[in-house]
Amino acid sequence: MADNKNNNELKSISEEYKYGFKTEEKYKFKSDKGLTEEIVRAISEFKKEPEWMLEFRLKAYRAFKKMPMPWWGNTELLATVDFDNIHYYIKPEKDHEKSWDDVPEEIKETFDKLGIPEVERKFLAGVTAQYESEVVYHSIKKEFEKLGIVFLDMDSAVKEYPELVKKYFGTVIPIHDNKFAALNSAVWSGGSFIYVPKGVKVETPLQAYFRINAQNMGQFERTLIIADEGSDVHYIEGCSAPVYSSDSLHAAVVEVIALKGARIRYSTIQNWSNNVYNLVTKRAVAYENATVEWVDGNIGAKFTMKYPAIFLKGEGAHAEVLSVALAGEGQHQDSGAKAFHLAPNTTSRIVSKSISKGTGRASYRGWIKVNKGMKNCKSDVKCDALIFGDKARSDTYPRMEVYEPTTKLTHEATVSKIQEDQLFYLMSRGLSEDEASTMIINGFFEPFTKELPMEYAVEFNRLVSLEMEGSIG
Amino acid sequence: MKKFFEIKELNVSIADKKVISGLNLSLDKGTVSTIMGKNGIGKSTLAYAIMGHPQYEVSGEVFLDGVEILSLPVHKRAQQGIFLGFQHPIEVPGVTVVKFLQQAYKALKGSIDYTEFQKSLTNWMDFLGIDKSFLYRYLNEGFSGGEKKKLETLQLLLFNPKLAILDEPDSGLDVDALKIVGEGIKKAKENGTTVLLITHYQKLLNFLEVDNVFVLNEGKIALEGDISLAEEIEKNGYDSVLSNA
Repeated sequence: MADNKNNNELKSISEEYKYGFKTEEKYKFKSDKGLTEEIVRAISEFKKEPEWMLEFRLKAYRAFKKMPMPWWGNTELLATVDFDNIHYYIKPEKDHEKSWDDVPEEIKETFDKLGIPEVERKFLAGVTAQYESEVVYHSIKKEFEKLGIVFLDMDSAVKEYPELVKKYFGTVIPIHDNKFAALNSAVWSGGSFIYVPKGVKVETPLQAYFRINAQNMGQFERTLIIADEGSDVHYIEGCSAPVYSSDSLHAAVVEVIALKGARIRYSTIQNWSNNVYNLVTKRAVAYENATVEWVDGNIGAKFTMKYPAIFLKGEGAHAEVLSVALAGEGQHQDSGAKAFHLAPNTTSRIVSKSISKGTGRASYRGWIKVNKGMKNCKSDVKCDALIFGDKARSDTYPRMEVYEPTTKLTHEATVSKIQEDQLFYLMSRGLSEDEASTMIINGFFEPFTKELPMEYAVEFNRLVSLEMEGSIG
Repeated sequence: MKKFFEIKELNVSIADKKVISGLNLSLDKGTVSTIMGKNGIGKSTLAYAIMGHPQYEVSGEVFLDGVEILSLPVHKRAQQGIFLGFQHPIEVPGVTVVKFLQQAYKALKGSIDYTEFQKSLTNWMDFLGIDKSFLYRYLNEGFSGGEKKKLETLQLLLFNPKLAILDEPDSGLDVDALKIVGEGIKKAKENGTTVLLITHYQKLLNFLEVDNVFVLNEGKIALEGDISLAEEIEKNGYDSVLSNA
């Protein structure tokens, strides 16, 4: 019943993604393909890093070489990653190598449909690394400095705040955590560093947008957030518009530390182009009475592996994970959450929602662990999956290790197709089939979107409607 | 002369079972009519088939205000001015009532003037005694029977359709809620909506001053009359009335 025109249009956009941009680029520094100790040393030298960071990188490099591929996720896809065919560090000579004319028409149309402002479009299409809100950022930066907040790109933080970085860097996600964390530790570049001093409550969310020029969306970005005692901060990264990358492997590491009584919310919307393997390690430590909330939305990428984790290390700590994924044609979203209850009276709540359509596949992979003697812990897990078409797939892989009998644990999982009666009800009120489906889907994602600032929520909903056009019926 | 609403030789089957067979019925503009009949005889089927539920196999013709509607998809029928009041309104999680009403209003009217919409919405909510907080709840999710029926009635008034087919708007209501829903339907009639009512209760029929009574049996309209026919059924039962016909 639905027309297939839009569907084909979208399909052709994703075809385009596969090839990225063909542009002539000049580089200030470009490593050879493949990873060697020399390259790791060169990266560190190029960045003029202190000795300890070089040591860290080299140790990580050696670990990476020895470690096996993860056995979880999608081993078939992982087996296709060719580590010898990747440039691990590229520094363009100029920021404006690509031109707007090189951007495929279909992609420009998508920006149009999403109503993305001109300046952002250029950044998202990789045409420019500058973002005009730099002025805004500078005035905000002054405010931050007064409060003692540090908000920098990771590279600068290593130089400007060496003690602080050294104290926490790599403590939440050790080098040996998994092969991709080791890789990131060896070759990381870009990402954010945030420190919020004791008792400081940051009212407006810190947005990666403001400092996009600091290579925020790198291939191996590295983010570290420390919220000191009693502080409160919300960090937002990404945006729902498609982000183009000709680099097929993205392995980010995000470390979050909430000290006693602090609260950190970390929101992400990611929509990488469909050639990207997005393999992210995100982990937080929550100390006494601290709260960490991961709000995580994944739309793009060919393959995503991402399981935001929280180590509840102090009594009364609380973890929240709200994760949504949309797996379209040819995509596999393997996402989920982990909560380790390592102190008594700790609580966790995980909500995961996924949609798979076409040949898309969405998997939930979760891990709840409660150690012996950690009395009165509570964990609630809820997974809802919505499936369109006969080829789409949804799986859940929950893992629960509970060694403490006083634990209260719930796990709920539902898998459903869109209900004919819901469509009929909405259509009987004048909505077309596509409009009705979109309304049902936006409703399905509502627990996620209502947690986002309005402009992000609107954009996310619009993108989901675009993705779903013509895929029902 | 063409009737305002006319069903001609309508056949409806579900899973190869014929429920409606060669049914004819017509309504004048601005009237209130009721379809009565035994349980399971096909009253709701008729209502759903007119609206276009995909599970039914339908043939025949149905005209609203000169437009044949059976060839139209569900939402176009709604846009032509047909409203179906559900006996069991459907829950749509995550969609707020206000968002739903806004989008439906826009779809049905072709455009939306937000000031006008707001005014009209507030007006009808006050009329039905519905609290503002209602607007921010998710559509029919966790609503009591009475709340669901009130929301259907609110839509009836807000959308102001040409024809409203109301499937047991009075089922499961307490006396107070019944009065509110009754007042709502009466108001819709005053605003020009033609009403076709499916109900088992005399009470609502008397309150609404029903013009025509149709009795559905064996897939057709078996009897047609005024309110006295409904009274006779109430007194003697369907079997007796149908066999004496």
